[in-house]
Amino acid sequence: MELFTPDFGLVFWMFVAFAILLFVLYKWGWPVIIKGVESRADFIDKGVEYARDAKEQLQHAKEESDKYIAEARKQQADMLREADRMKTQIIEEARVAAQGEAKKVMDAAKVAIEQERKEAELQFRNEVSSFALDIAAKVVRNQLADEKAQTKLVDTLLDEMENQN
Amino acid sequence: MLALSVQSHASSGALASGEIEFSPKEIIFEHLGDGYGWEVPFDHHHRIPLPVILFGKDGFHCFMSSKVTGGEKYVDGDATFFIPKEGDYRGKVVQLLPDGSVYRPWDISITKNVCELFIACLLVMWSVFAVAKWHRREMYKAPRKVRGIIESLIVFIYDGVIKPTLGDRSPKFAPFLLTVFFFILYLNLLGLMVIFPGGANLTGNIAVTMVLAIFTFLATNIFGTKHYWKEIFWPDVPLWLKFPLPIMPIIELFGVFTKPAALTVRLFANMMGGHMIVIVLTLLIFIFAALGPVVTGATAFVSVLFSLFMLVIDVLVSFIQAFVFTMLSTLFISFGTEKGHEEHKESQEVTADAKPA
Repeated sequence: MELFTPDFGLVFWMFVAFAILLFVLYKWGWPVIIKGVESRADFIDKGVEYARDAKEQLQHAKEESDKYIAEARKQQADMLREADRMKTQIIEEARVAAQGEAKKVMDAAKVAIEQERKEAELQFRNEVSSFALDIAAKVVRNQLADEKAQTKLVDTLLDEMENQN
Repeated sequence: MLALSVQSHASSGALASGEIEFSPKEIIFEHLGDGYGWEVPFDHHHRIPLPVILFGKDGFHCFMSSKVTGGEKYVDGDATFFIPKEGDYRGKVVQLLPDGSVYRPWDISITKNVCELFIACLLVMWSVFAVAKWHRREMYKAPRKVRGIIESLIVFIYDGVIKPTLGDRSPKFAPFLLTVFFFILYLNLLGLMVIFPGGANLTGNIAVTMVLAIFTFLATNIFGTKHYWKEIFWPDVPLWLKFPLPIMPIIELFGVFTKPAALTVRLFANMMGGHMIVIVLTLLIFIFAALGPVVTGATAFVSVLFSLFMLVIDVLVSFIQAFVFTMLSTLFISFGTEKGHEEHKESQEVTADAKPA
């Protein structure tokens, strides 16, 4: 019945062996493991948190970049519209300028033409008057071949001058 | 495996002594008990010799157990040693004094149990150092294979039992509790094996469980706080219960000693019971052997089935008992190191603050 009455030898060795085991593991075994396990758990927790943050930041960055792209698109469209507007404006201005210039040229031409016309008219008139005088001279030379007719004409002319005065 | 060894034992015993009385009780206790040599499977007469260390009337004596286990007398110097088959010291090495009387010397032999104890210690040490080395070397990597199993057990006990109970005191007591857990678990499992590295019933031996319980008792009382001692000698009960007749203090003081006693008996009885059931189931075959071959065959079939079932249960029980011992030790230590109410509240707040972080 040694099972129920502790045997001295076994108690002695059990005490010694367990004390040594406990001492050795207390000193070099368990603290390393416990520290290791806990620091690893912390490390994993931190890693998870870091990953979550990174994902959030990435999401954020994507939103930001989307915003920038949209802005750039808008700017581009604005610039194009502006360019378009400037183009039409320039064309318009050029057209107006050209019109002015053309009008000036035309006016000048008109003036020249008028002048020339006037000159031509004058010349024509001179010529016509000289012709008419020639013709008249001829006619008068023919009509005033006799004395009577000459006197009558002089009389009429004198009458006219009297009447005028 | 156990069945095989019992079978060989029984048959060889029957062969050696003819129709001698078949005594189940003796077989059971021989299998649960200690021995000076280590049994060899299928051979009941030869044992692996182990050193016998004695402190007799004339000093230390040290010799191999094979010198006395055969029943012969061994003379070492002036002293004569032998193992008596009858009397108070049956099965133990005793010294034969010149006047014919026997004297039981102080016996610290490396018996089968002690040898098993050393094997278990080395196994625990190896397991723990394997994991510790990994942590020292690999830092944040997860261990695989055997190391992974050991570490998951460590974490299971540490995070599941020690930390929730002891809180910020856990780093101080965790080494002891974890050592106890692994030590008991390994001894339990080794006890289920029949051949060499196992075979000794250590956790079913009251000496082992008693020493373990004493360690818990020491841890509880050495680190006991003022609050703990006040609860024992001046508990919060009506005055007439503690003065002039200190009823409650006596009960509390009694409780201090019943706690380790309960630890001792619980583990011892559970493990011994498990072993005993398996052996008894196996022995049924030989008890029914007298009723003829048909009955023996049927009993053998049923017994082997049942003992196999019991062994599988015992594997589970090995773990559960180690777990329960650790859990109860944790609880007792936790009671012993509990701070007073105000202090306790503060520490609770601290842990509550620490938890979310």
